[in-house]
Amino acid sequence: MVGILEDKDRIFTNLYGLQDWRLEGAKKRGAWNATKDMLDCGRDWVIDQVKNSGLRGRGGAGFGTGLKWSFMPKEVKDRPHYLVVNADESEPGTCKDREIMRHDPHLLIEGCLIASFAMQAHACYIYIRGEYVREREILEEAIKEAYEAKLVGKNNVHGWDFDIYVHHGAGAYICGEETALLESLEGKKGQPRLKPPFPAGAGLYGCPTTVNNVESIAVVGTILRRGAEWFAGFGRPNNTGTKLFCVSGHVNLPCNVEEAMSIPFRQLIEDHCGGIKGGWGNLKAVIPGGSSVPMIPAEQCEDLPMDFDALRNLKSGLGTAAVIVMDKSTDLVRAIARISYFYKHESCGQCTPCREGTGWMWRVMERMARGEADPKEIDTLLDVTTQVEGHTICALGDAAAWPIQGLFRHFRHEVEERIANYRSGRPHVQGASLIAAE
Amino acid sequence: MPKAKVNGVEVEFEPGMTVLQVAELAGEEIPRFCYHERLSIAGNCRMCLVEVKPGPPKPQASCALPAAENQEIFTNTPMVKKAREGVMEFLLINHPLDCPICDQGGECDLQDQAMGYGRDGSRYEENKRAVEEKYMGPLIKTVMTRCIQCTRCVRFITEVAGVPDIGLISRGEDVEITTYLDKAVGSELSANVIDLCPVGALTSKPYAFNARPWELKKTESVDVMDALGSAIRVDARANEVMRVLPRINDDINEEWISDKTRYACDGLLRQRLDRPYIREAGKLRAATWAEAFAAVAAKVKAAKPERIGVIAGDVQDAESMKAALDLFGGLGVTSLDCRQDGAQVGGGQREAYLFNTTIAGLDQADAILLVGCNPRLEAPVLNARLRKAWISGRAQIGVIGERVDLTYDYEHLGAGPASLKTLVKAKSGFAKVLKDAKNPVIIVGGGALAREDGSAVLAMAAGAAKTFGAVREDWNGFNVLHTAASRVGGLDLGFLPGEGGLSARQMVAKGALDVLFLLGADEADLSQTDAFVVYLGTHGDAGAHRADVILPGAAYTEKNGLYVNTEGRVQMASRAVFPKGEAREDWAILRALSERLGAKLPYDSLDQLRAKLFADHPSFGQIDYAPGAATAAGFDLGAVGGKGEADDAVFGPAIKDFYLTNPIARASVTMAECSAVAAQSRAKLVAAE
Repeated sequence: MVGILEDKDRIFTNLYGLQDWRLEGAKKRGAWNATKDMLDCGRDWVIDQVKNSGLRGRGGAGFGTGLKWSFMPKEVKDRPHYLVVNADESEPGTCKDREIMRHDPHLLIEGCLIASFAMQAHACYIYIRGEYVREREILEEAIKEAYEAKLVGKNNVHGWDFDIYVHHGAGAYICGEETALLESLEGKKGQPRLKPPFPAGAGLYGCPTTVNNVESIAVVGTILRRGAEWFAGFGRPNNTGTKLFCVSGHVNLPCNVEEAMSIPFRQLIEDHCGGIKGGWGNLKAVIPGGSSVPMIPAEQCEDLPMDFDALRNLKSGLGTAAVIVMDKSTDLVRAIARISYFYKHESCGQCTPCREGTGWMWRVMERMARGEADPKEIDTLLDVTTQVEGHTICALGDAAAWPIQGLFRHFRHEVEERIANYRSGRPHVQGASLIAAE
Repeated sequence: MPKAKVNGVEVEFEPGMTVLQVAELAGEEIPRFCYHERLSIAGNCRMCLVEVKPGPPKPQASCALPAAENQEIFTNTPMVKKAREGVMEFLLINHPLDCPICDQGGECDLQDQAMGYGRDGSRYEENKRAVEEKYMGPLIKTVMTRCIQCTRCVRFITEVAGVPDIGLISRGEDVEITTYLDKAVGSELSANVIDLCPVGALTSKPYAFNARPWELKKTESVDVMDALGSAIRVDARANEVMRVLPRINDDINEEWISDKTRYACDGLLRQRLDRPYIREAGKLRAATWAEAFAAVAAKVKAAKPERIGVIAGDVQDAESMKAALDLFGGLGVTSLDCRQDGAQVGGGQREAYLFNTTIAGLDQADAILLVGCNPRLEAPVLNARLRKAWISGRAQIGVIGERVDLTYDYEHLGAGPASLKTLVKAKSGFAKVLKDAKNPVIIVGGGALAREDGSAVLAMAAGAAKTFGAVREDWNGFNVLHTAASRVGGLDLGFLPGEGGLSARQMVAKGALDVLFLLGADEADLSQTDAFVVYLGTHGDAGAHRADVILPGAAYTEKNGLYVNTEGRVQMASRAVFPKGEAREDWAILRALSERLGAKLPYDSLDQLRAKLFADHPSFGQIDYAPGAATAAGFDLGAVGGKGEADDAVFGPAIKDFYLTNPIARASVTMAECSAVAAQSRAKLVAAE
């Protein structure tokens, strides 16, 4: 493989599961190496290193991980601190945390220890997605190994008493939202909480809590081992480090790959995915960061650096770096209608705009996929998306609105054409047949 | 105090207030559905969105956002207007808009706010959602399609009422409010969710399709179903009480009332005594007032004063008791009693029979001991206060008495007087909690007092109060919780057996009296008495059933009257409708009777009667005042209760059936239904166990 990142600089050296995931194998690849020395440098050093590395949260929002850690109270008072790892990876198109948990679980466990130490937490909960049964089994086995080797647990070799628990979710997308995750972890219905208070002030059981993505935590050990400068050396300023990309859709070799941040889209696809099916001319659009970010059309893709800021400038986002590639055979309207259905199905129903708006948007999208709509409904639909976006408790409302906005930003003519065809008695056949099949 | 600007106007606010509260301080109305002052904040309806600077460039839910120093709040910008219109449109897309056939019409938040903040039309062209109706018991009617999922009902039932019976299930647009497994809501406060529901999803089942709010005449009054004297509003159409709703009174009921308070009102139309009756040859026949008075006068005149007895009932106003006291006391009658249940209280210091902490004062309590008291049935609204004290983590609660579900956790310390004795002597456990508490509270209930050794138990409780330091200059933690609305008024009047007089229990014994005058008294056991029974009251209940002469009186909604609640707070009830048929106000009947007896009472109007009442008993002159701790300094705990030893019998229940405690409730079809449902669910529990 070519690409930007050399093999020596990969953090997840067993991403494809070709080697042993167990403690012994992991140690050979560097995990748990000098962890004690790192902890001996003190928590301020750890947080500074993570800050200096420029690591931004890998769960989608891209918030600085070191900064997030520094929001935790400096001293433990009457309430214990908690680290919660968000392994409820459910964003359509995303499958990176899964590979970490089943092939490199010890990197995650080591990261949990370091992060907990940095935040003075003695307990860490890993909330793992309900569908990830095998992943949970491996993770639990790895944790058992770590306990047996006295790497974690009471009186461990690192001198920081630390317990780690795996909690199995029940398969609701909304439980990936950090506060809904905390609710679910507490045994309640997974509905997002109002913010403020933020988890760093009152999180799990009302105690200071930090919720981090699996990838954000799993890279911490290697960052500290190799130095913040090393990590910060990849990518563009403010978008540094290495990142797992999950490329799916109409590429010749869909894959997960660790690459340097800001890798140009074309290089990512050519070097790792064997190019677009049917060649570059056949590319139609890309959803660059999981189903909830707006799509971008082919003409904006080629030299596009795949990072947070570049994509934000295109009114899209890096999200989880789940790149969904769509070629010209794709019925984009139908695809977005399906995504709308997903958000309608996964809305928790707590707050009004999302509960009512997701259903409305889906129904209109469904008709538009068939062309069975009025052209002026397009503007109504876009207005509805703005009525949902930014008006909800959590970001699911935004996530439901953005794909539709992305579609109409770049492919409005397709929908208009389809509506016109339908009205002139030439309905869109592909859409109709799909509906019949469902 | 910090300052913020609301639409450019500067206001000072207290730290900890939300943006919504600050905006209200500035006089800006913020529309809301899910937010309610007395419930936890859900922030889910999104109707209260406002623009806040500094802050993110999107509207913020003002109900959940803490206000900050120098914050600028805008409620009239285009962003806010659009946000409100958007949320309104979303709320209405799946709302059936069946206002013409909806009972909430005219008092519906959704209707009002749609007018105020919505657009003129909807752009939604899909089909609307429909939701199956749910069964929530005999009081709450559901039309769940109208529900906007604000979850006020869920929060009320779980937080205030303390039962887990209503919840939100499913997710997304399929969410539904429901009871679990079609169970009736098992709370005495359940119907408050009807008031809380901002739309017509939960409406009143007994009141369904009966009236429109604009047809009703609204009268502010007080409740008599228990001894709290909750603030109520009586809504009447023509001469019929259609419904009873709570009013806000933070000192007593906040804004809740019990189901009995709310729904016993249909009993005001049934079993009513609307004309005098005289028993002839074992049968009651309708009579004129003149005939009835003549019959009573003949018997009373013929009897010696010591062979005449008067019992006052549980829902009697103070004026009628005063008139009866003046009339019969003037005749030399000493057998007077206002304690049908035989509670051994009264006489002596006023503090010895009051709820001295006051109901609102419970918010300061940090250790509470209930003695022979089941507040959940004796005063459900008070129980909600106790639960509030418990849920805030402020107060620990201990119970000596029946082990029942009070909707909060408590330490069960025993079942009878012996346990109280042990507790007073104990050094650890709950005794220590009480001793260490800053504001300890002891509440003695009907179960401890309505027994032969009641006064001894009361003395023991007072002793406990002394041991635990419950009474000091600025705090009075000694409380008696009465079960009857008229009780404290009667005790304040001294409506008690005089020298050589008989108590209520003695009066109803065989051969005890020649004439027994029942002033709305229906709870006394009349099976043994062979006296000539005169019943002045409202309903064809136990008293009327046994009566030889019936004098039809006025119910609490039909007269202006004074009631003294368990705190010693004098409150005025107002007439909402007129008495039925030939019935008259109770004091006026006694005034007329006094003339026939040749002992004319010295007042011709209610005002004159009240003037005499205030002159004779100054405590009645202080309307809406509860002494609370003000009199604590002069309160001698050592003088409370009587001598003697309490026996070891456990404290029984003061109330057997919550829904059927007085003649009005017993005449109510709704209450009968509630009672049956409650009995059924109790039976089910037993079977399942």
